[in-house]
Amino acid sequence: MKVSILVILASLFLISHCTDNGKKEHSNANVIKKESSIQKNTTAESAVDKGIGPITEVTLGKIDATLAAKGKELFKAQCSACHKITKRVVGPALAGVTDRRSPEWIMNMIMNPEEMVAKNKVAKELLAIYIAPMANQNITKDEARALLEYFRTKSTSSTD
Amino acid sequence: MKNLIKSLLAFSFISVILNGCGNGGSTNKGAISGSAAEKVYVAPGQHDEFYAFLSGGFSGQLAVYGLPSGRLFKVIPVFSVDAEKAYGFNEETKPMLTTSYGQIPWGDAHHPDISQTKGELDGRWIFINENNTPRIARIDLTTFETAEIIEIPNSAGNHSSSFVTENTEYVVAGTRFSVPIPQRDMPIKDYKGNFKGALSFISVDPNDGNMSIKFQILMPGFDYDLSHPGRGKSHGWFFFTTYNTEEANSLLEVNASQNDKDFIAAINWKKIEAYVNNGGGTKMPTKYAHNLYSDKTHSATNTMIKEVLTVNPLDVPGAVYFLPTPKSPHGCDVDPSGEYIVGNGKLSANLTVHSFTKMLNAIENKKFAGESYGIPILNFEDVLAGTVEQPGLGPLHTEFDGKGNAYTTFFISSEVVKWKLGTWEVIDRKPTYYSVGHLMIPGGNSAKPFGKYVVAMNKITKDRYLPTGPEVTQSAQLYDISGEKMELLLDFPTIGEPHYAAGIPADIIKANSKKFFRLEENKHKYATKSEAEAKVVRNGNEVHINMTMIRSHFAPDNIEGIQVGDKVYFHVTNLEQDYDVPHGISMIGAETSELLIMPGQTETFVWEAKNVGVWPYYCTDFCSALHQEMQGYVRVSPKGSKVPISFTLDGDAVDAE
Repeated sequence: MKVSILVILASLFLISHCTDNGKKEHSNANVIKKESSIQKNTTAESAVDKGIGPITEVTLGKIDATLAAKGKELFKAQCSACHKITKRVVGPALAGVTDRRSPEWIMNMIMNPEEMVAKNKVAKELLAIYIAPMANQNITKDEARALLEYFRTKSTSSTD
Repeated sequence: MKNLIKSLLAFSFISVILNGCGNGGSTNKGAISGSAAEKVYVAPGQHDEFYAFLSGGFSGQLAVYGLPSGRLFKVIPVFSVDAEKAYGFNEETKPMLTTSYGQIPWGDAHHPDISQTKGELDGRWIFINENNTPRIARIDLTTFETAEIIEIPNSAGNHSSSFVTENTEYVVAGTRFSVPIPQRDMPIKDYKGNFKGALSFISVDPNDGNMSIKFQILMPGFDYDLSHPGRGKSHGWFFFTTYNTEEANSLLEVNASQNDKDFIAAINWKKIEAYVNNGGGTKMPTKYAHNLYSDKTHSATNTMIKEVLTVNPLDVPGAVYFLPTPKSPHGCDVDPSGEYIVGNGKLSANLTVHSFTKMLNAIENKKFAGESYGIPILNFEDVLAGTVEQPGLGPLHTEFDGKGNAYTTFFISSEVVKWKLGTWEVIDRKPTYYSVGHLMIPGGNSAKPFGKYVVAMNKITKDRYLPTGPEVTQSAQLYDISGEKMELLLDFPTIGEPHYAAGIPADIIKANSKKFFRLEENKHKYATKSEAEAKVVRNGNEVHINMTMIRSHFAPDNIEGIQVGDKVYFHVTNLEQDYDVPHGISMIGAETSELLIMPGQTETFVWEAKNVGVWPYYCTDFCSALHQEMQGYVRVSPKGSKVPISFTLDGDAVDAE
């Protein structure tokens, strides 16, 4: 309950701030701050939270450049209307998403967004911040895996 | 005064009756209506058992209902423009309404018929005819959208249409009005012997459903009213009712009702098909439109065809016969076995049923009563299977339940009459409210009817619904026909004047219903498959905007550099890839309708920049909690302004990363 009140207050602050300055850099900074506060509260949970959906286990190896390239093309076609890598648009910036969330959580959020935003704690908190629910783009498992590979190249520990 | 008292008395009496019923619950009437309500009740979230496609008559459209609930799901635009769906308004669908007479925004839709395989409904397509400017449309039952429209040359009042043969080899279009063929300037009084009636056989490609006119039979100048295919044993034949065999040209209500009998024309289309396949027939110069919509390009194309193959029936001996049928027959209905051909003589007291077997025997024995314009006339007694004696007044149409029963509508006596094939005895009759025209049993024009319900479509509604001024709703009525006696279950309002309808078990088509269009399969010339591809391109005074939409923004949203006098094309692609997430768009002052764009689809509207200023556009279909935020601006500068074309989203150039 405390968290949601915080979130609402933060959102209100963010909206008014936006309107006043019309500068998105500021709003981005706030959103990122807010997101990291969710992260802080739930770090232990987040690391193991696999989300809800068809993906129960993903084994990661070295980054597969071909798969990542396929993921990048898919990202442009299916995701980039709402997500950019380095800035918040409709949804969160995705740089470093693989550091914040488990691979399973990311793929479930892509493939099963309706149930995720209804039932998963982190997804619900994100919805409260971003307001627009994640769209279901009917992404297949293979495609979601390729997107994950692309996001891995955008991790803070990645050299890409 | 006496009258007033009488009326008051009558009124009190009626009130007593009504109160009795209302209070009852345990009265007979109450019990019956209770069970009727249960039979049509489809619980929230549950699906109906049948789809019913009711022609929209003079609305030009086709309406989709559920049975038994009578709930309206969709109005499919076919022959008339529809601002709600941008049909005929967006650049993509304008070619669908092109004809040899020009761009026609309206049509008179009559007789839907669902495609068949081996005589049974296959649910792939539904065909419907346009009466006024003769055309046949094919609607794709995966998208529930009009996929194709073909114009019928040499035809006028395309009424004895659009019925399919048992493997959808052909959809048939017969003319109601005979006309000079080819058209020419001549005195109307010289009609008799000079006008002709064209019966067109349009082949249907078994793979994609595409239609093309295979041949036209140029028949004597009668009025060809309705038709139905042979099936089973009579597959290969088609039957058309005729009236005005008098060939009158004025005051037809008197002058075309002189002959005791008109004809049912029996056409052996297989024989004529073989004749034309061997090079028979005469190619005739003409002009007609063939319009095809693709759900890959999301666009329609129009082709004008310059020639049609005509056949003189006298050149194909044994292909056409006339079956004398009393009194200006209207409906021409063939039972599921293919043996019985019912002629609904609309001015006759009796219902005439012909036997296909007897017809073949008479032909084989060459027992002819005479000929008309060289076409052999069979003896009425030789082909008659039986007569339903005095079943009602003004029979129009007959359908079958697949259990040996037929159901006929009677316009004048306002009733549906159930009778038995073979014994010709009347089993039951139920009133309709009022003046019933067509009726429909799902699969009723096939070898396998689903004889659970009959829908009666009435020509007059009067007092059945809350009044809405001089024009009241059109009306259909649903009867349960699963028992010996029919039971009236439900009245429901309809659009336009429904002529005929086609019904099908929902399970045959609902699994094939398309949920959205795949973006990667979008072949529209101006498709924009990601925001990174969004652009604005000036070409003289035309500006083309490649725009995307997704919950809940347009890309780009702000466009500058438009000048007064520019013609601005908005080519808008819905990037959503999920079920039931359409977006709409319209712009202040657009002289056209909104666009309603399905996921993965591209549509175009044109906006003319008339005044300097900054003009908004927005999403017209509530798409998400942030729908009200889905908008953009176009800046219009004076002609010759130095403001360059630019387009942004959130102040930045539109890009992916």
